[in-house]
Amino acid sequence: MLDVERVRKDFPLLERQVHGRRLVYLDSAATSQKPQSVLDAMTRYYETTNANVHRGVHALAEEATEAYESARNTVARFVCADPRGVVFTKNATEAFNLLAYSWARTRLGEGDILLSTQMEHHANLVPWQLVQPETGFDLRYVPMTAGGLLDLDEFDAVVATGRVKLFTVTAMSNVVGTINPVRELAAKVRAANRDAVVVVDGAQSVPHLGTDMVDLDADFLCFSGHKMLGPTGIGVLAGRPDLLEAMPPFLGGGEMISNVTLEGTTYNEIPYKFEAGTPPIAEAVGLAAAVDYLSGLGMDAVRAHEVELLQTCIPALEAVEGVTVHGPTDPARRGAAVSFAIEGLHPHDIGTIMDREGVAVRAGHHCAKPLVRTLGSAATTRASFYLYNTTDEIQALVDAIEATKNFFKV
Amino acid sequence: MSLDDLYQEIILDHYRSPRNRSGDLDPHDVHVHHSNPLCGDELDLRLRVQDGTVGAVAYDGDGCSISMASASAMTEAVAGRKLSDADDLAEAFRLMMHGEGVKREDDLLDGVAFQGVAKFPVRVKCALLGWMALKDALQTYSEGEAEHRVTYD
Ligand SMILES: Cc1ncc(COP(=O)(O)O)c(C=O)c1O
Repeated sequence: MLDVERVRKDFPLLERQVHGRRLVYLDSAATSQKPQSVLDAMTRYYETTNANVHRGVHALAEEATEAYESARNTVARFVCADPRGVVFTKNATEAFNLLAYSWARTRLGEGDILLSTQMEHHANLVPWQLVQPETGFDLRYVPMTAGGLLDLDEFDAVVATGRVKLFTVTAMSNVVGTINPVRELAAKVRAANRDAVVVVDGAQSVPHLGTDMVDLDADFLCFSGHKMLGPTGIGVLAGRPDLLEAMPPFLGGGEMISNVTLEGTTYNEIPYKFEAGTPPIAEAVGLAAAVDYLSGLGMDAVRAHEVELLQTCIPALEAVEGVTVHGPTDPARRGAAVSFAIEGLHPHDIGTIMDREGVAVRAGHHCAKPLVRTLGSAATTRASFYLYNTTDEIQALVDAIEATKNFFKV
Repeated sequence: MSLDDLYQEIILDHYRSPRNRSGDLDPHDVHVHHSNPLCGDELDLRLRVQDGTVGAVAYDGDGCSISMASASAMTEAVAGRKLSDADDLAEAFRLMMHGEGVKREDDLLDGVAFQGVAKFPVRVKCALLGWMALKDALQTYSEGEAEHRVTYD
Protein backbone atom coordinates (compact mmCIF):
# COMPACT_ATOMS: atom_id res chain seq x y z
CA MET A 1 0.00 0.00 0.00
CA LEU A 2 1.19 3.43 -0.85
CA ASP A 3 2.00 5.77 2.03
CA VAL A 4 0.58 8.95 0.56
CA GLU A 5 1.85 11.25 3.31
CA ARG A 6 5.39 10.06 2.63
CA VAL A 7 4.87 10.41 -1.10
CA ARG A 8 3.69 13.99 -0.69
CA LYS A 9 6.92 14.93 1.09
CA ASP A 10 8.78 14.09 -2.12
CA PHE A 11 6.90 16.77 -4.07
CA PRO A 12 8.05 20.24 -3.02
CA LEU A 13 5.43 22.07 -5.07
CA LEU A 14 2.60 20.52 -3.08
CA GLU A 15 3.64 22.70 -0.14
CA ARG A 16 2.52 25.77 -2.02
CA GLN A 17 -0.33 28.05 -1.13
CA VAL A 18 -2.68 29.51 -3.72
CA HIS A 19 -4.81 32.57 -2.95
CA GLY A 20 -3.87 32.09 0.70
CA ARG A 21 -5.02 28.49 0.84
CA ARG A 22 -3.28 25.14 0.72
CA LEU A 23 -3.04 24.01 -2.89
CA VAL A 24 -5.23 21.06 -3.84
CA TYR A 25 -3.76 20.01 -7.16
CA LEU A 26 -6.32 18.07 -9.19
CA ASP A 27 -4.94 18.63 -12.67
CA SER A 28 -2.43 15.83 -13.08
CA ALA A 29 -4.04 14.64 -16.30
CA ALA A 30 -2.79 17.90 -17.83
CA THR A 31 0.63 17.61 -16.25
CA SER A 32 1.90 15.99 -13.09
CA GLN A 33 4.03 17.55 -10.38
CA LYS A 34 7.63 16.38 -10.05
CA PRO A 35 9.34 14.63 -7.16
CA GLN A 36 12.59 16.00 -5.73
CA SER A 37 14.50 13.04 -7.16
CA VAL A 38 13.63 14.11 -10.72
CA LEU A 39 14.62 17.72 -10.06
CA ASP A 40 17.86 16.54 -8.43
CA ALA A 41 18.73 14.16 -11.25
CA MET A 42 18.41 16.94 -13.81
CA THR A 43 20.35 19.45 -11.72
CA ARG A 44 23.07 16.90 -11.05
CA TYR A 45 23.30 16.14 -14.75
CA TYR A 46 23.83 19.84 -15.54
CA GLU A 47 26.22 20.32 -12.64
CA THR A 48 28.44 17.33 -13.35
CA THR A 49 27.92 15.78 -16.77
CA ASN A 50 26.47 18.21 -19.31
CA ALA A 51 27.79 17.65 -22.84
CA ASN A 52 26.37 16.81 -26.23
CA VAL A 53 25.74 13.16 -26.94
CA HIS A 54 27.04 10.67 -29.50
CA ARG A 55 29.71 12.77 -31.13
CA GLY A 56 32.31 13.80 -28.62
CA VAL A 57 35.42 11.84 -27.70
CA HIS A 58 35.95 13.52 -24.35
CA ALA A 59 34.92 12.14 -20.99
CA LEU A 60 31.87 14.32 -20.48
CA ALA A 61 30.47 13.47 -23.90
CA GLU A 62 30.85 9.80 -23.13
CA GLU A 63 29.18 10.15 -19.77
CA ALA A 64 26.33 12.19 -21.23
CA THR A 65 25.82 9.58 -23.95
CA GLU A 66 25.85 6.86 -21.33
CA ALA A 67 23.25 8.74 -19.24
CA TYR A 68 21.03 9.32 -22.26
CA GLU A 69 21.18 5.73 -23.49
CA SER A 70 20.72 4.38 -20.01
CA ALA A 71 17.55 6.49 -19.77
CA ARG A 72 16.35 4.89 -22.99
CA ASN A 73 16.85 1.43 -21.46
CA THR A 74 15.04 2.42 -18.27
CA VAL A 75 12.06 3.73 -20.21
CA ALA A 76 12.02 0.67 -22.49
CA ARG A 77 11.97 -1.67 -19.50
CA PHE A 78 9.13 0.30 -17.91
CA VAL A 79 6.76 -0.49 -20.82
CA CYS A 80 8.42 -3.77 -21.95
CA ALA A 81 9.63 -2.32 -25.24
CA ASP A 82 12.76 -3.13 -27.23
CA PRO A 83 15.19 -0.23 -26.52
CA ARG A 84 16.03 -0.08 -30.26
CA GLY A 85 12.40 0.84 -30.80
CA VAL A 86 12.32 3.60 -28.18
CA VAL A 87 12.47 7.00 -29.87
CA PHE A 88 12.64 10.12 -27.74
CA THR A 89 10.41 12.87 -29.09
CA LYS A 90 9.30 16.22 -27.75
CA ASN A 91 6.01 14.84 -26.41
CA ALA A 92 3.27 12.33 -27.23
CA THR A 93 1.93 14.71 -29.85
CA GLU A 94 5.18 14.60 -31.80
CA ALA A 95 5.18 10.81 -31.58
CA PHE A 96 1.79 10.74 -33.32
CA ASN A 97 2.98 13.21 -35.94
CA LEU A 98 5.99 11.01 -36.59
CA LEU A 99 3.72 8.01 -37.16
CA ALA A 100 1.36 9.94 -39.40
CA TYR A 101 4.19 11.31 -41.52
CA SER A 102 6.48 8.31 -41.68
CA TRP A 103 4.01 5.43 -41.49
CA ALA A 104 0.48 6.46 -42.53
CA ARG A 105 1.61 8.79 -45.32
CA THR A 106 3.80 6.13 -46.92
CA ARG A 107 1.79 2.97 -46.19
CA LEU A 108 -1.84 3.93 -46.69
CA GLY A 109 -3.79 4.72 -49.82
CA GLU A 110 -7.25 4.67 -51.36
CA GLY A 111 -9.35 1.83 -50.05
CA ASP A 112 -7.47 1.55 -46.75
CA ILE A 113 -9.16 2.46 -43.51
CA LEU A 114 -7.42 4.27 -40.68
CA LEU A 115 -9.65 3.63 -37.69
CA SER A 116 -9.52 6.00 -34.74
CA THR A 117 -12.14 6.76 -32.10
CA GLN A 118 -14.30 9.60 -30.96
CA MET A 119 -12.65 9.35 -27.56
CA GLU A 120 -9.26 10.57 -28.72
CA HIS A 121 -7.22 13.56 -27.71
CA HIS A 122 -6.59 15.95 -30.60
CA ALA A 123 -3.01 14.60 -30.64
CA ASN A 124 -4.42 11.31 -31.92
CA LEU A 125 -6.78 12.95 -34.45
CA VAL A 126 -5.19 15.94 -36.12
CA PRO A 127 -1.91 14.32 -37.29
CA TRP A 128 -3.88 11.68 -39.23
CA GLN A 129 -6.17 14.34 -40.67
CA LEU A 130 -3.10 16.26 -41.86
CA VAL A 131 -1.81 13.42 -44.03
CA GLN A 132 -5.20 12.11 -45.14
CA PRO A 133 -5.76 14.34 -48.21
CA GLU A 134 -2.38 13.37 -49.65
CA THR A 135 -2.98 9.65 -49.38
CA GLY A 136 -6.74 9.35 -49.75
CA PHE A 137 -7.27 6.73 -47.04
CA ASP A 138 -10.61 6.46 -45.38
CA LEU A 139 -10.52 8.01 -41.89
CA ARG A 140 -13.16 6.43 -39.66
CA TYR A 141 -13.97 6.81 -36.00
CA VAL A 142 -15.47 4.39 -33.51
CA PRO A 143 -18.25 6.37 -31.81
CA MET A 144 -18.42 6.81 -28.05
CA THR A 145 -21.63 6.04 -26.19
CA ALA A 146 -23.21 8.57 -23.83
CA GLY A 147 -21.87 6.39 -21.00
CA GLY A 148 -18.31 7.02 -22.13
CA LEU A 149 -17.54 3.62 -23.67
CA LEU A 150 -16.51 2.76 -27.20
CA ASP A 151 -19.38 1.50 -29.32
CA LEU A 152 -18.14 -2.03 -29.94
CA ASP A 153 -20.86 -2.88 -32.48
CA GLU A 154 -19.70 -0.02 -34.66
CA PHE A 155 -16.11 -1.07 -34.11
CA ASP A 156 -16.90 -4.64 -35.19
CA ALA A 157 -18.73 -3.41 -38.28
CA VAL A 158 -15.79 -1.36 -39.53
CA VAL A 159 -13.24 -4.04 -38.66
CA ALA A 160 -15.31 -6.65 -40.52
CA THR A 161 -14.57 -4.85 -43.79
CA GLY A 162 -11.03 -6.22 -43.49
CA ARG A 163 -9.78 -2.85 -44.72
CA VAL A 164 -8.53 -1.46 -41.42
CA LYS A 165 -4.77 -1.05 -41.88
CA LEU A 166 -4.13 1.15 -38.89
CA PHE A 167 -6.11 1.18 -35.67
CA THR A 168 -5.31 3.83 -33.12
CA VAL A 169 -6.91 4.13 -29.70
CA THR A 170 -6.27 5.63 -26.32
CA ALA A 171 -5.68 3.16 -23.52
CA MET A 172 -7.25 5.62 -21.09
CA SER A 173 -9.41 8.65 -21.80
CA ASN A 174 -8.11 11.97 -20.54
CA VAL A 175 -11.67 13.30 -20.17
CA VAL A 176 -13.98 10.51 -19.01
CA GLY A 177 -11.29 8.21 -17.61
CA THR A 178 -12.44 5.12 -19.51
CA ILE A 179 -9.92 2.28 -19.72
CA ASN A 180 -10.33 0.70 -23.14
CA PRO A 181 -9.93 -3.05 -23.75
CA VAL A 182 -6.95 -2.45 -26.04
CA ARG A 183 -5.74 -6.03 -26.19
CA GLU A 184 -9.16 -7.36 -27.16
CA LEU A 185 -9.64 -4.65 -29.79
CA ALA A 186 -6.16 -5.27 -31.22
CA ALA A 187 -6.89 -8.99 -31.52
CA LYS A 188 -10.05 -8.30 -33.51
CA VAL A 189 -8.30 -5.87 -35.82
CA ARG A 190 -5.52 -8.38 -36.48
CA ALA A 191 -7.95 -11.26 -36.98
CA ALA A 192 -9.64 -9.28 -39.77
CA ASN A 193 -6.38 -8.09 -41.32
CA ARG A 194 -3.08 -9.76 -40.45
CA ASP A 195 -1.08 -6.76 -41.63
CA ALA A 196 -2.92 -4.19 -39.57
CA VAL A 197 -0.88 -1.97 -37.29
CA VAL A 198 -2.10 -1.04 -33.81
CA VAL A 199 -1.18 2.30 -32.25
CA VAL A 200 -1.91 2.98 -28.59
CA ASP A 201 -2.10 6.40 -26.96
CA GLY A 202 -0.50 5.79 -23.59
CA ALA A 203 -0.32 9.45 -22.54
CA GLN A 204 -2.80 8.82 -19.72
CA SER A 205 -2.34 5.09 -19.14
CA VAL A 206 1.46 4.81 -18.84
CA PRO A 207 1.58 7.22 -15.85
CA HIS A 208 -1.19 5.40 -14.01
CA LEU A 209 -1.28 1.72 -15.01
CA GLY A 210 1.51 -0.81 -15.27
CA THR A 211 2.08 -1.04 -19.03
CA ASP A 212 3.42 -3.94 -21.06
CA MET A 213 3.46 -3.28 -24.80
CA VAL A 214 3.57 -6.96 -25.58
CA ASP A 215 0.64 -7.70 -23.35
CA LEU A 216 -1.29 -4.78 -24.84
CA ASP A 217 -0.49 -6.18 -28.28
CA ALA A 218 0.53 -2.70 -29.47
CA ASP A 219 2.85 -2.08 -32.40
CA PHE A 220 3.37 1.51 -31.34
CA LEU A 221 2.87 3.26 -28.01
CA CYS A 222 3.00 7.05 -27.59
CA PHE A 223 3.35 8.88 -24.29
CA SER A 224 4.69 12.05 -22.64
CA GLY A 225 7.22 12.41 -19.85
CA HIS A 226 5.56 15.35 -18.14
CA LYS A 227 2.38 13.46 -17.20
CA MET A 228 4.37 10.72 -15.42
CA LEU A 229 6.41 12.82 -12.97
CA GLY A 230 9.06 13.65 -15.57
CA PRO A 231 9.97 16.98 -17.15
CA THR A 232 8.29 18.68 -20.08
CA GLY A 233 10.09 18.56 -23.42
CA ILE A 234 10.37 14.78 -23.73
CA GLY A 235 7.97 12.17 -25.04
CA VAL A 236 8.30 8.62 -26.26
CA LEU A 237 7.42 6.66 -29.34
CA ALA A 238 7.94 3.01 -28.51
CA GLY A 239 7.56 0.78 -31.53
CA ARG A 240 8.35 -2.51 -33.16
CA PRO A 241 11.93 -2.23 -34.49
CA ASP A 242 11.10 -3.95 -37.80
CA LEU A 243 8.36 -1.40 -38.53
CA LEU A 244 10.57 1.54 -37.56
CA GLU A 245 13.40 0.24 -39.72
CA ALA A 246 11.16 0.22 -42.78
CA MET A 247 9.90 3.76 -42.22
CA PRO A 248 11.44 6.90 -43.76
CA PRO A 249 12.76 9.53 -41.33
CA PHE A 250 10.48 12.24 -40.00
CA LEU A 251 12.78 15.18 -39.25
CA GLY A 252 16.14 15.70 -40.92
CA GLY A 253 19.40 17.06 -39.53
CA GLY A 254 22.30 15.97 -37.40
CA GLU A 255 22.37 12.72 -35.45
CA MET A 256 19.89 10.93 -37.74
CA ILE A 257 22.36 10.43 -40.60
CA SER A 258 25.10 7.96 -41.29
CA ASN A 259 26.56 9.78 -44.26
CA VAL A 260 25.76 13.08 -45.94
CA THR A 261 26.96 14.36 -49.29
CA LEU A 262 25.51 17.23 -51.22
CA GLU A 263 23.78 14.70 -53.43
CA GLY A 264 22.07 12.75 -50.72
CA THR A 265 22.12 11.14 -47.36
CA THR A 266 22.04 7.70 -45.88
CA TYR A 267 20.30 7.39 -42.57
CA ASN A 268 21.46 6.23 -39.22
CA GLU A 269 20.04 3.06 -37.68
CA ILE A 270 17.01 3.13 -35.41
CA PRO A 271 16.19 4.71 -33.05
CA TYR A 272 18.70 7.46 -34.03
CA LYS A 273 17.18 7.78 -37.49
CA PHE A 274 14.19 9.40 -35.81
CA GLU A 275 16.13 11.65 -33.43
CA ALA A 276 17.29 14.55 -35.54
CA GLY A 277 19.40 17.19 -33.85
CA THR A 278 20.49 17.43 -30.23
CA PRO A 279 17.98 15.42 -28.23
CA PRO A 280 16.44 16.34 -24.85
CA ILE A 281 19.31 14.89 -22.82
CA ALA A 282 18.67 16.33 -19.36
CA GLU A 283 14.98 15.61 -19.91
CA ALA A 284 15.76 11.96 -20.64
CA VAL A 285 17.75 11.81 -17.42
CA GLY A 286 14.79 13.36 -15.59
CA LEU A 287 12.35 10.96 -17.19
CA ALA A 288 14.46 7.98 -16.16
CA ALA A 289 14.46 9.30 -12.58
CA ALA A 290 10.66 9.58 -12.80
CA VAL A 291 10.42 5.99 -14.00
CA ASP A 292 12.69 4.90 -11.16
CA TYR A 293 10.48 6.74 -8.70
CA LEU A 294 7.32 5.07 -10.04
CA SER A 295 8.97 1.66 -10.21
CA GLY A 296 10.20 2.10 -6.64
CA LEU A 297 6.63 2.53 -5.45
CA GLY A 298 5.33 -0.10 -7.86
CA MET A 299 2.71 0.63 -10.49
CA ASP A 300 0.34 -1.79 -8.79
CA ALA A 301 0.48 0.32 -5.64
CA VAL A 302 -0.06 3.51 -7.68
CA ARG A 303 -3.11 2.01 -9.36
CA ALA A 304 -4.47 0.64 -6.08
CA HIS A 305 -4.17 4.08 -4.51
CA GLU A 306 -6.07 5.68 -7.38
CA VAL A 307 -8.80 3.02 -7.27
CA GLU A 308 -9.18 3.80 -3.59
CA LEU A 309 -9.50 7.52 -4.36
CA LEU A 310 -12.08 6.76 -7.05
CA GLN A 311 -14.08 4.61 -4.66
CA THR A 312 -14.44 7.66 -2.45
CA CYS A 313 -14.59 10.34 -5.09
CA ILE A 314 -17.29 9.07 -7.42
CA PRO A 315 -19.97 8.43 -4.79
CA ALA A 316 -19.03 11.70 -3.06
CA LEU A 317 -19.54 13.67 -6.26
CA GLU A 318 -22.73 11.86 -7.15
CA ALA A 319 -24.11 12.63 -3.72
CA VAL A 320 -23.96 16.36 -4.43
CA GLU A 321 -27.27 17.57 -5.79
CA GLY A 322 -27.04 18.70 -9.38
CA VAL A 323 -23.69 16.99 -10.06
CA THR A 324 -23.36 14.44 -12.87
CA VAL A 325 -20.18 12.39 -13.28
CA HIS A 326 -19.29 11.61 -16.89
CA GLY A 327 -17.96 8.23 -17.98
CA PRO A 328 -17.86 4.87 -16.22
CA THR A 329 -18.55 4.91 -12.48
CA ASP A 330 -16.93 1.55 -11.74
CA PRO A 331 -13.34 2.28 -10.60
CA ALA A 332 -12.20 -0.98 -12.22
CA ARG A 333 -13.11 0.39 -15.63
CA ARG A 334 -11.67 3.86 -15.33
CA GLY A 335 -8.68 5.94 -14.44
CA ALA A 336 -8.48 8.94 -12.19
CA ALA A 337 -9.49 11.69 -14.63
CA VAL A 338 -13.00 12.57 -13.50
CA SER A 339 -15.11 14.98 -15.55
CA PHE A 340 -18.34 16.24 -14.13
CA ALA A 341 -21.11 18.78 -14.71
CA ILE A 342 -22.97 20.93 -12.21
CA GLU A 343 -26.47 21.70 -13.33
CA GLY A 344 -26.93 25.35 -14.22
CA LEU A 345 -23.23 26.21 -13.98
CA HIS A 346 -20.65 26.68 -16.68
CA PRO A 347 -17.25 24.97 -16.25
CA HIS A 348 -15.41 28.29 -16.51
CA ASP A 349 -17.31 29.73 -13.60
CA ILE A 350 -16.76 26.54 -11.62
CA GLY A 351 -13.03 26.61 -12.38
CA THR A 352 -12.67 30.25 -11.36
CA ILE A 353 -14.45 29.86 -8.03
CA MET A 354 -12.63 26.62 -7.22
CA ASP A 355 -9.29 28.26 -7.95
CA ARG A 356 -10.10 30.82 -5.26
CA GLU A 357 -10.66 27.92 -2.86
CA GLY A 358 -7.18 26.62 -3.72
CA VAL A 359 -8.54 23.74 -5.78
CA ALA A 360 -6.91 23.46 -9.21
CA VAL A 361 -9.22 21.74 -11.69
CA ARG A 362 -9.46 22.08 -15.44
CA ALA A 363 -12.38 23.55 -17.36
CA GLY A 364 -12.82 23.27 -21.09
CA HIS A 365 -12.75 20.74 -23.88
CA HIS A 366 -9.49 19.08 -22.73
CA CYS A 367 -8.26 18.91 -26.33
CA ALA A 368 -10.91 16.30 -27.09
CA LYS A 369 -13.72 18.24 -28.70
CA PRO A 370 -15.43 15.34 -30.50
CA LEU A 371 -15.62 13.47 -27.19
CA VAL A 372 -16.91 16.41 -25.18
CA ARG A 373 -19.55 17.12 -27.81
CA THR A 374 -20.81 13.54 -27.35
CA LEU A 375 -21.41 14.37 -23.69
CA GLY A 376 -23.83 17.03 -24.91
CA SER A 377 -21.80 20.08 -23.94
CA ALA A 378 -18.97 22.25 -25.13
CA ALA A 379 -16.92 21.93 -21.99
CA THR A 380 -16.57 19.95 -18.78
CA THR A 381 -14.94 20.46 -15.41
CA ARG A 382 -12.29 17.83 -14.76
CA ALA A 383 -10.64 16.80 -11.51
CA SER A 384 -7.76 14.40 -12.09
CA PHE A 385 -5.89 12.54 -9.38
CA TYR A 386 -2.49 11.00 -9.01
CA LEU A 387 -0.39 9.16 -6.48
CA TYR A 388 0.04 12.24 -4.25
CA ASN A 389 -3.67 13.02 -3.85
CA THR A 390 -5.51 12.21 -0.64
CA THR A 391 -9.07 11.52 0.41
CA ASP A 392 -8.95 14.86 2.27
CA GLU A 393 -8.50 16.50 -1.10
CA ILE A 394 -11.65 14.81 -2.36
CA GLN A 395 -13.45 16.46 0.53
CA ALA A 396 -11.85 19.78 -0.48
CA LEU A 397 -13.20 19.23 -3.98
CA VAL A 398 -16.70 18.52 -2.72
CA ASP A 399 -16.55 21.55 -0.42
CA ALA A 400 -15.42 23.71 -3.34
CA ILE A 401 -18.34 22.45 -5.43
CA GLU A 402 -20.72 23.39 -2.62
CA ALA A 403 -19.06 26.80 -2.32
CA THR A 404 -19.48 27.32 -6.06
CA LYS A 405 -23.15 26.37 -5.93
CA ASN A 406 -23.70 28.71 -3.00
CA PHE A 407 -21.92 31.52 -4.76
CA PHE A 408 -24.19 31.29 -7.77
CA LYS A 409 -27.17 30.23 -5.66
CA VAL A 410 -28.04 27.19 -7.73
CA MET B 1 -8.31 41.50 -7.03
CA SER B 2 -11.13 39.58 -5.47
CA LEU B 3 -13.91 37.38 -6.72
CA ASP B 4 -16.34 40.19 -5.99
CA ASP B 5 -14.60 42.29 -8.66
CA LEU B 6 -15.34 39.58 -11.16
CA TYR B 7 -18.78 38.52 -10.07
CA GLN B 8 -20.53 41.68 -8.93
CA GLU B 9 -24.06 41.30 -7.68
CA ILE B 10 -25.36 43.09 -10.81
CA ILE B 11 -23.63 40.50 -12.99
CA LEU B 12 -25.03 37.60 -11.04
CA ASP B 13 -28.46 39.20 -11.29
CA HIS B 14 -28.27 39.36 -15.08
CA TYR B 15 -27.07 35.77 -15.08
CA ARG B 16 -29.95 34.52 -12.95
CA SER B 17 -32.60 36.78 -14.50
CA PRO B 18 -31.55 37.42 -18.07
CA ARG B 19 -33.10 40.33 -19.99
CA ASN B 20 -34.09 39.95 -23.65
CA ARG B 21 -32.91 36.38 -23.77
CA SER B 22 -34.71 34.52 -26.51
CA GLY B 23 -33.91 32.17 -29.35
CA ASP B 24 -36.08 34.20 -31.70
CA LEU B 25 -37.09 37.75 -32.50
CA ASP B 26 -39.95 38.14 -34.92
CA PRO B 27 -39.41 40.02 -37.13
CA HIS B 28 -35.70 40.75 -37.18
CA ASP B 29 -33.43 42.31 -39.78
CA VAL B 30 -30.15 40.69 -38.92
CA HIS B 31 -28.96 37.58 -37.10
CA VAL B 32 -25.36 36.85 -36.15
CA HIS B 33 -23.85 33.79 -34.53
CA HIS B 34 -20.60 34.13 -32.60
CA SER B 35 -18.71 31.22 -31.15
CA ASN B 36 -15.51 30.80 -29.24
CA PRO B 37 -14.38 27.22 -29.75
CA LEU B 38 -11.66 27.57 -27.15
CA CYS B 39 -14.10 27.82 -24.30
CA GLY B 40 -17.16 26.54 -26.12
CA ASP B 41 -19.22 29.72 -25.83
CA GLU B 42 -21.96 30.18 -28.41
CA LEU B 43 -24.09 33.28 -28.89
CA ASP B 44 -26.95 34.15 -31.24
CA LEU B 45 -27.94 37.79 -31.55
CA ARG B 46 -30.98 39.08 -33.42
CA LEU B 47 -31.61 42.73 -34.12
CA ARG B 48 -34.66 44.61 -35.39
CA VAL B 49 -34.02 48.05 -36.88
CA GLN B 50 -36.67 50.71 -36.49
CA ASP B 51 -36.20 54.16 -38.05
CA GLY B 52 -32.43 53.86 -37.86
CA THR B 53 -32.48 52.82 -34.23
CA VAL B 54 -32.19 49.56 -32.31
CA GLY B 55 -35.88 48.63 -32.25
CA ALA B 56 -35.37 45.36 -30.46
CA VAL B 57 -32.51 43.03 -29.70
CA ALA B 58 -32.54 39.47 -28.38
CA TYR B 59 -29.72 37.09 -27.54
CA ASP B 60 -29.50 33.43 -26.73
CA GLY B 61 -26.58 31.15 -26.17
CA ASP B 62 -24.52 28.79 -24.15
CA GLY B 63 -21.67 30.14 -22.10
CA CYS B 64 -20.30 31.15 -18.74
CA SER B 65 -22.03 33.60 -16.42
CA ILE B 66 -19.83 36.49 -17.52
CA SER B 67 -20.59 36.07 -21.23
CA MET B 68 -24.33 35.58 -20.78
CA ALA B 69 -24.74 38.34 -18.19
CA SER B 70 -22.75 40.78 -20.30
CA ALA B 71 -24.95 40.09 -23.33
CA SER B 72 -28.01 40.63 -21.17
CA ALA B 73 -26.73 43.98 -19.87
CA MET B 74 -25.79 44.98 -23.42
CA THR B 75 -29.35 44.49 -24.71
CA GLU B 76 -30.65 46.99 -22.16
CA ALA B 77 -27.93 49.53 -22.82
CA VAL B 78 -28.41 49.69 -26.58
CA ALA B 79 -32.21 49.48 -26.83
CA GLY B 80 -33.64 52.50 -28.64
CA ARG B 81 -30.25 53.96 -29.58
CA LYS B 82 -29.35 55.15 -33.06
CA LEU B 83 -27.35 52.43 -34.80
CA SER B 84 -24.19 54.57 -34.95
CA ASP B 85 -24.59 55.43 -31.30
CA ALA B 86 -24.98 51.76 -30.33
CA ASP B 87 -21.80 51.02 -32.23
CA ASP B 88 -20.00 53.82 -30.40
CA LEU B 89 -21.21 52.45 -27.08
CA ALA B 90 -19.89 48.98 -27.98
CA GLU B 91 -16.53 50.60 -28.67
CA ALA B 92 -16.61 52.34 -25.28
CA PHE B 93 -17.29 48.98 -23.64
CA ARG B 94 -14.44 47.35 -25.55
CA LEU B 95 -11.99 50.05 -24.45
CA MET B 96 -13.15 49.70 -20.85
CA MET B 97 -12.49 45.97 -20.96
CA HIS B 98 -9.00 46.60 -22.22
CA GLY B 99 -8.36 48.90 -19.28
CA GLU B 100 -8.38 52.05 -21.38
CA GLY B 101 -10.68 54.06 -19.15
CA VAL B 102 -14.42 54.30 -18.74
CA LYS B 103 -16.25 56.44 -21.26
CA ARG B 104 -20.03 56.90 -21.43
CA GLU B 105 -20.36 55.40 -17.96
CA ASP B 106 -23.99 56.47 -17.63
CA ASP B 107 -24.99 55.07 -21.01
CA LEU B 108 -23.46 51.65 -20.36
CA LEU B 109 -26.00 51.14 -17.54
CA ASP B 110 -25.24 47.78 -15.86
CA GLY B 111 -22.42 47.24 -18.35
CA VAL B 112 -20.21 49.30 -16.04
CA ALA B 113 -20.29 46.45 -13.55
CA PHE B 114 -18.04 44.46 -15.88
CA GLN B 115 -15.11 46.82 -15.29
CA GLY B 116 -13.65 44.42 -12.74
CA VAL B 117 -13.51 41.64 -15.32
CA ALA B 118 -10.66 43.55 -16.98
CA LYS B 119 -8.50 42.39 -14.06
CA PHE B 120 -9.05 38.75 -15.08
CA PRO B 121 -7.46 38.67 -18.54
CA VAL B 122 -8.68 35.15 -19.34
CA ARG B 123 -12.27 36.29 -18.84
CA VAL B 124 -12.19 39.52 -20.86
CA LYS B 125 -13.23 37.77 -24.05
CA CYS B 126 -16.25 36.35 -22.21
CA ALA B 127 -17.49 39.84 -21.32
CA LEU B 128 -16.88 41.06 -24.87
CA LEU B 129 -18.78 38.28 -26.65
CA GLY B 130 -22.23 39.94 -26.68
CA TRP B 131 -20.90 43.40 -27.49
CA MET B 132 -18.75 42.16 -30.33
CA ALA B 133 -21.76 40.29 -31.70
CA LEU B 134 -23.70 43.54 -31.58
CA LYS B 135 -20.95 45.41 -33.43
CA ASP B 136 -20.93 42.65 -36.02
CA ALA B 137 -24.73 42.74 -36.38
CA LEU B 138 -24.61 46.49 -37.03
CA GLN B 139 -21.83 46.07 -39.57
CA THR B 140 -23.63 43.17 -41.26
CA TYR B 141 -26.82 45.21 -41.47
CA SER B 142 -25.00 48.22 -42.91
CA GLU B 143 -23.66 45.98 -45.66
CA GLY B 144 -27.18 44.94 -46.56
CA GLU B 145 -26.73 41.39 -45.26
CA ALA B 146 -29.01 39.53 -42.87
CA GLU B 147 -26.81 36.71 -41.56
CA HIS B 148 -23.23 36.42 -40.36
CA ARG B 149 -21.21 33.85 -38.44
CA VAL B 150 -17.98 34.53 -36.60
CA THR B 151 -15.64 32.05 -34.96
CA TYR B 152 -12.96 33.39 -32.64
CA ASP B 153 -9.65 31.70 -32.08
C1 LIG C 1 -4.83 11.02 -23.99
C2 LIG C 1 -3.82 12.04 -24.38
N1 LIG C 1 -3.14 11.90 -25.53
C3 LIG C 1 -2.21 12.78 -25.92
C4 LIG C 1 -1.90 13.87 -25.16
C5 LIG C 1 -0.88 14.84 -25.69
O1 LIG C 1 0.18 14.99 -24.82
P1 LIG C 1 1.25 16.12 -25.08
O2 LIG C 1 0.52 17.41 -25.09
O3 LIG C 1 2.21 15.99 -23.95
O4 LIG C 1 1.88 15.83 -26.39
C6 LIG C 1 -2.58 14.08 -23.97
C7 LIG C 1 -2.30 15.28 -23.15
O5 LIG C 1 -3.16 15.97 -22.68
C8 LIG C 1 -3.55 13.14 -23.56
O6 LIG C 1 -4.23 13.29 -22.42
